Amino acid sequence: MSVMEKYEAVIGIECHVELKTESKMFCGCRNVFGAEPNTNVCPVCLALPGALPVPNAAAIEHMIRAGLAVGATIPTFSKFDRKNYFYPDMPKDYQISQFDMPITQGGVIRYWLEDGRIGECRLTRIHLEEDTGKSTHAGSTDGRIAGSTFSLVDYNRAGVPLMECVSEPEIHSAQEAVAFLESFRRTLLALGVSDVKMEEGSLRCDANVSIRPLGATELGTKAEIKNMNSFRSVQRAIESEIARQIEIVESGGRVVQETRGWDEARGVSVSMRSKEQAHDYRYFPDPDLVPLEIGAERVNALRATIPPLPIERFERYTGTYGLNVKQATQLIDNGSLAEFFDACVRVSKNPQSATNFVLGDLSRLANESGIAVSDSGVSPEHVGELIALVESKTINSKIAKDLVERMWKGDGSPKAIVEREGLAQTSDPSAIEGFVLAVIEANPGPVAEYKAGKTNVAGFLVGQIMKASKGKADPALVQSLLKAKLE
Amino acid sequence: MSSPKIDVAYVAKLARIALTDEEITRFGSQLGDLLEHVAALEKLDVSAIAATAQVVESRNVDRPDIVGESLKRDVVLSMAPSKQGAFFRVPQIIGES
Amino acid sequence: MHPFLMKSAREMRDAIWQREISAVELTEATLTHVAAVEPEIGSYISVLDEHARTAAAKLDARVAAGEKPLLAGIPTSVKDNMCLTGTRTTCGSKILEHWVAPYTATAVERCIDAGAIPIGKSNMDEFAMGSSCENSALMVTRNPYDVSRVPGGSSGGSAAAVAAYEAALGFGSDTGGSIREPAAFCNLVGFKPTYGRVSRYGLIAFASSLDQIGPLTRTVEDAALMYDAIGGHDARDATSVNVPFETTADHLRTDLRGVRIGIVKEFATDGLGAEINGVYAKAYQDLAALGAELVDVTLPTAEYGLATYYLIAPAECSSNLARFDGVRYGLRVDGGNIGEMYERTRAQGFGPEVKRRILIGTYALSSGYYDAYYVRAQKARTLISQDFARAFASCDLIACPAASSPAFGFAAKSDPYSMYLMDYYTIPMSLAGLPALSVPCGWVQPDGASQPMPMGLQLCAPLFAERPLLGAAHAYEQATHHARLRTPGLGVSA
Ligand SMILES: [Mg+2]
Ligand SMILES: [Zn+2]
Repeated sequence: MSVMEKYEAVIGIECHVELKTESKMFCGCRNVFGAEPNTNVCPVCLALPGALPVPNAAAIEHMIRAGLAVGATIPTFSKFDRKNYFYPDMPKDYQISQFDMPITQGGVIRYWLEDGRIGECRLTRIHLEEDTGKSTHAGSTDGRIAGSTFSLVDYNRAGVPLMECVSEPEIHSAQEAVAFLESFRRTLLALGVSDVKMEEGSLRCDANVSIRPLGATELGTKAEIKNMNSFRSVQRAIESEIARQIEIVESGGRVVQETRGWDEARGVSVSMRSKEQAHDYRYFPDPDLVPLEIGAERVNALRATIPPLPIERFERYTGTYGLNVKQATQLIDNGSLAEFFDACVRVSKNPQSATNFVLGDLSRLANESGIAVSDSGVSPEHVGELIALVESKTINSKIAKDLVERMWKGDGSPKAIVEREGLAQTSDPSAIEGFVLAVIEANPGPVAEYKAGKTNVAGFLVGQIMKASKGKADPALVQSLLKAKLE
Repeated sequence: MSSPKIDVAYVAKLARIALTDEEITRFGSQLGDLLEHVAALEKLDVSAIAATAQVVESRNVDRPDIVGESLKRDVVLSMAPSKQGAFFRVPQIIGES
Repeated sequence: MHPFLMKSAREMRDAIWQREISAVELTEATLTHVAAVEPEIGSYISVLDEHARTAAAKLDARVAAGEKPLLAGIPTSVKDNMCLTGTRTTCGSKILEHWVAPYTATAVERCIDAGAIPIGKSNMDEFAMGSSCENSALMVTRNPYDVSRVPGGSSGGSAAAVAAYEAALGFGSDTGGSIREPAAFCNLVGFKPTYGRVSRYGLIAFASSLDQIGPLTRTVEDAALMYDAIGGHDARDATSVNVPFETTADHLRTDLRGVRIGIVKEFATDGLGAEINGVYAKAYQDLAALGAELVDVTLPTAEYGLATYYLIAPAECSSNLARFDGVRYGLRVDGGNIGEMYERTRAQGFGPEVKRRILIGTYALSSGYYDAYYVRAQKARTLISQDFARAFASCDLIACPAASSPAFGFAAKSDPYSMYLMDYYTIPMSLAGLPALSVPCGWVQPDGASQPMPMGLQLCAPLFAERPLLGAAHAYEQATHHARLRTPGLGVSA
């Protein structure tokens, strides 16, 4: 048993997701990434004296839909609380958040791993709050807070609606952590409630990592890892932290509770300054806001707007449809492709053929043209027709390939094209026999070679026969007739 | 709640107000006096009483997700005690995160 | 002094409608008078000469075009905790001494849209914390009826301005009595509407669940007119109630037949001295003489109002005032790092009363004390509301004193708690969110005073019952005319 195998890692994830809305959480300022500093600010989000917050209805609905998507319950009563602490990028010096009565309760995120196994992790909470502004630390050489002599603040982000999601410590590897995050990200994308872009900060996550001897039930001392700005850094940071903790314990030391910042360039985490004083956030209900009472009717109406979720698709694709993990993942992670695929399956009742068309020719054409399949001239109904034409052997695969190209360009129904242009496969032996005889007569050389035992010239002859039939001859029939005539 | 001694220095730290030793003493005794008066509330039986955070019983007050007007940046920055370029400038941040 | 300045707001408005005087003339007369009396009274932190002149010219154009704005041309005092674009808005504090608001409070905007002319931003106790105006960090305001006495607080500047004819309408804000007590001290009508009736948007918060804007005027009718102009739902304030708004100025009464008025057992006035006791006994008799049926009611938890209030209001203020940190606006006192900057800015920017309340509020919310203090106070608040609800089952209005004494001398209440006691009669209504007002009800001769000083009768109604409340106050005022006994000694005669 290696040293690593003597321990079990216990990981909990905390993430913040900026919700996709037109305006901010409590004011009408634009919610947009990358604007000129301090241009999307108003009395409310700058916390000017006398200004008051009014919650954004869309952000509340996003939260309810996200909660429902992860199986959380929506309590009938919920409220906003103030979390009090001073920080320069937080204009009011309190954050409007939710403490004991968040808008959703419970929930579980189910995810899949590369080998197809399904994992799950329960959620401690999801709540709605507002984002802070952004500080740029100046006067230090590397832009970090340590060693900086002053900071510059931009409040454009202050007041952007923010979902905070905290998981239970039920994850046991870096891969699972990434799979968890990927699944959450896919779910939020499918719901359309966030852009979930780590590079733009609309998804930010921290990991609480501890280790314990395999089989132990008590939790070890955890370290909180921050500053991970891609899924790759999440993976590396957690792996590195697990290794660091094992090394400490193996060499007889003790892990200390601390916050560590991940340095992606150096591939190590560094202890961040320990907190100056214990936090005493003095939560209390925000008296500027009134409680939420979300009725069952509203919840049900929102439930009806939830699209098929990525994990559900994954299970259907790999289970019922028999796709492999890579195919399923490819469909799910490709924008609107899964929805298109589902429609193709609905129409054709043939998941395997639909997979072949969607991930094969259609995806190739999409890549070549830079146009999404759903935006091309191809409709799921057309794909259904094409599959039916192939299944009934009305056309062969060569014709099918040509038809896909034409459908992409907007030529419409493949069935109509086949009928209009007489492209139906020729399976009449007497007609095919004509082509066979003609080709034998026109190619005495290859025929002689064949008869001399070089049977691989048959391929050439078949090609000539297909060409003569304008591609319509049934290739199997051509092969058998040719063989019969030559022997 | 029988008036514990209030740790004025700790509370002042939380409230981010620098106090002199004299103020700590003076506020300490004034706040102690007030807490004695406030201790009268212990006489009320509130075990079965709901807390009132708001007297009005409104629920679900929200606004449609529509973009409204923001302030002009020069107006915003004209208020700043210290600014640099398009930003508010603050002294060295230490401690919290 | 121009004779029009002593008219009521309604009379001024009518005169402007009739073109007997223009808004520009009335504004100039007001500004001249303000310049004359300010050295003695000190109502205004800022006099808005330019704003006023521009608004008056605009108003005259509207009237010339045939409009009849509800508050046409009425000189108005705006408490300095209300934002008005382009005006310094200080909240009576060093921390905001030079801050110019870039937006306008809803109530102020509605008042100006209705034709009122903003004359000045009036002095107040710092962040509305106080009952005498002595906590202003910026200036002293004197009671026009006796300049050796305080005008009351926290809306003392607006009260003094209206009493001294420097305005006919005054904006006040009331958290625990800050409209009603200065009204009583300055011989005015002071009206705190139901919580949520007047938008708080643009009112610099003291305690969000209690703050309410309302009028300070020389007559009940004027208070009703101003309330009609500023009240009603506002989408920018989530606590603004979205219930149909009932106008009041067109429902004023001249009798009290059919009205049951509750006299509160716990608010018996015999402990206030024979003279004050006599004033209230007479006031209740006068209510009965107008046809009201007096009924005894009890508010057993009202005595806990003060304790409840002095936990809830400071808790909310400790959070509301966190934003004054030297980062985005207002005073900054430099420090070597952000923490020092915060602590020095707030140490120098806030006065002692504001610090006391921030400290007690921070304490009441802090870990380990939250349930024992804050939550318990919120529960006591429920009990107080329930008491009122029970009392209103047997009466339509409640009558009691607005303050336990007339205006006192400067520095008479040096102990913080003795100042807090000034709000004993007004706090319970604030905690219950009820509409309440103070109307002049007689005069007493305090020790050492050369002249009698006014007292206020407080009337209180169930939630949203502004119409019967103002109606009854009008009947009482018209029958008694206590306010007319004296005019302030400004070298003018009544
Ligand atoms: Mg958070
Ligand atoms: Zn804003």
